[in-house]
Amino acid sequence: MIRLERRPQPSRLWSYLTPVIAVIVTMIAGGLLFAALGKNPVEAIRTIFWNPLFGEFAFYYRPQLLVKAAPLVLIAIGLSLGFRAGIWNIGAEGQYIVGALCGAGVGLAFHPTESVLIFPLMVIAGGLGGWAWAMIPGLLKVRFGTNEILVSLMLVYVAEQLLASMALGLMKNPEGHGFPGSRNLSDYASATSWIDQDIGLHWGMAAAFIAVILAYVLLNRHILGFNIRLSGEAPRAAKFSGVAPARLILFCLGTSGALAGLAGMFEVAGPSGQVSIDFNVGYGFTAIIVAFLGRLHPVGILLAGLLMALTYIGGEMAQSNLGLPAAAIQVFQGMLLFFLLALDVLTHFRIRLSARRTA
Amino acid sequence: MRLSKILTGATLALGLATGAAAQDKTKVGFIYVGPIGDGGWTYEHDKGRLAVEEHFGDQVETVYQESVPEGADAERAITQMALQGADLIFTTSFGYMDPTINVAKKFPDVKFEHATGYKQAENVSTYSARFYEGRAVQGHIAGQMTDSNIVGYIGSYPIPEVIRGINSAFIHARKVNPDVEFKIVWAYTWFDPAKEADAASVLIEQGADVILQHTDSTAPLAAAENAGDVIGFGQASDMAEYKPSPRVSSIIDNWAPYYIDRVQAVIDGTWESQDIWHGIDEGMVGIGEITDAVPDDIKASALELKDSIASGDYHPFTGPINKQDGSAWLAEGEVADDGTLLGMDFYVEGIEGKIPE
Repeated sequence: MIRLERRPQPSRLWSYLTPVIAVIVTMIAGGLLFAALGKNPVEAIRTIFWNPLFGEFAFYYRPQLLVKAAPLVLIAIGLSLGFRAGIWNIGAEGQYIVGALCGAGVGLAFHPTESVLIFPLMVIAGGLGGWAWAMIPGLLKVRFGTNEILVSLMLVYVAEQLLASMALGLMKNPEGHGFPGSRNLSDYASATSWIDQDIGLHWGMAAAFIAVILAYVLLNRHILGFNIRLSGEAPRAAKFSGVAPARLILFCLGTSGALAGLAGMFEVAGPSGQVSIDFNVGYGFTAIIVAFLGRLHPVGILLAGLLMALTYIGGEMAQSNLGLPAAAIQVFQGMLLFFLLALDVLTHFRIRLSARRTA
Repeated sequence: MRLSKILTGATLALGLATGAAAQDKTKVGFIYVGPIGDGGWTYEHDKGRLAVEEHFGDQVETVYQESVPEGADAERAITQMALQGADLIFTTSFGYMDPTINVAKKFPDVKFEHATGYKQAENVSTYSARFYEGRAVQGHIAGQMTDSNIVGYIGSYPIPEVIRGINSAFIHARKVNPDVEFKIVWAYTWFDPAKEADAASVLIEQGADVILQHTDSTAPLAAAENAGDVIGFGQASDMAEYKPSPRVSSIIDNWAPYYIDRVQAVIDGTWESQDIWHGIDEGMVGIGEITDAVPDDIKASALELKDSIASGDYHPFTGPINKQDGSAWLAEGEVADDGTLLGMDFYVEGIEGKIPE
């Protein structure tokens, strides 16, 4: 009989191995799926995982991977701090939107003035916007003990309404023939987050790398990082050692909000270019997957973000080159998370084969 | 522009490398906002693509990508098609406007066709259909079919195209029924069956017995069917599976002739940038069969209206028409110009509520 036996401590080895195995199992199961759809599975898998990196047009796709990964990594890094401490910010999508609105608002207000100060101001506004939006669930939790999962999630929908209102009203392009959507910030030299649009590099990528490094230092070298980990792993011990839960909650939610806000600001001033009704495409939610796929570890998150970006971009290529339906690609991405969670059993449990005993 | 050099270099290299077999094939790409099975907007564009394949056979190869979000991701999807050697790319939703223009700058040798936008370039054409002509016929039927005098309208986004449709339907509903009211719900999506069904249910609860939709799925018709005694219209596609009721007629977008025409132009080397706005007359807008659920006299007058629009005898926006605030827009007998229609951002007199801001 197969039995699951709880490990005394989660296995370190398995926690590193499971993401790799999950990717391999996803490739196999995905290959079967593609074969069932009548496509060559090897070609499909190669299109998704190989072509964007080493294919004929890799010079275009490699920077695109960073374009896609940067917001995911930036948001996931922030989320991972809270997740480690058991503080669940599910509303990064909303903080991403508000950060973008605040950043874009500053940029649009200065249009058409050119100055080197505009972009830094937008960065500050974007970060503050996301921070403030995350402070709502933070303060409510600290003050009234509300559930931050619900409040932060609900605020996503509020942020979406705010976004629609801005795209249709206050921030609407006065030269847009009545169509919703703001001016295009990527055409506005002082406000764009592009470093070089031709190569496909923007400041959000630099910010994501800096965030990875800072998070690593914080978690490994700083007392605050120790407190975060302690609160998650041993809440009672954390209390005894004098961790103030309220401050920790505000710090974790505030940081993740600010990083999500920054991600939104870099996106709206670069790749997306304008405040439009459907500006947000779910990075705030996908980042939750990235955070867990990366084991809540800064370097892991960086790799997971790149992997996620690869499935997106490779998936798009598979769609247009091989004629795979969009839904098949989504199923494929879903499989990745499913197998990761399923294989997580191995980190916490040992599989034991035991002989059937008769009493 | 360094990238543009690299990219044109790459496309050139690709053209040379793929050899003679690929050279005589014209590659045509399509970017879709919804899934090809949406039964509405994207479904009709894909029918156009299949018509191109059928018409040209081995001469062309078509590729498509469905459910492409409007925004940053669209630019990559379009670039990808251009990189893969597409000669002509149709981007079939309004939100692809800036991405299309951006990509077109980098690929001067590739032709682009953007649906429903207003930005053209040397290698970017725009095309759209005068859906408001169909809306006039719809309003004419809706105004007479309603018993509650409440017509529900599911808007997608408050852009000129949608507002124009609401105005056209309303004007013609009021003409045949001075007591009719429009209730408008904005769904903020082109395709989301769950949201569309919700919107339809809300409107039905508020007393609407006719549902008009500017979203692409069949969910509102399904909601109408469930409610009973409520009728609706096929949107973008015939949606014939809901005949004879709740679907009593439909507006059909017929892109096939235009697509075949444009692909032919690329093959012949005669393609030029243009701005096309075709209606019932040219066949880009079709009125689907009016079913027996509609009394004969209403059906006859609806078809009469359709014919007079097609022949050019009648324009759906003919004065006297006032704006919502009561100010004069069109004088007696005056006909709206295309510029105003294309940028329409106001309701006509009689419509309740405000355009969202």
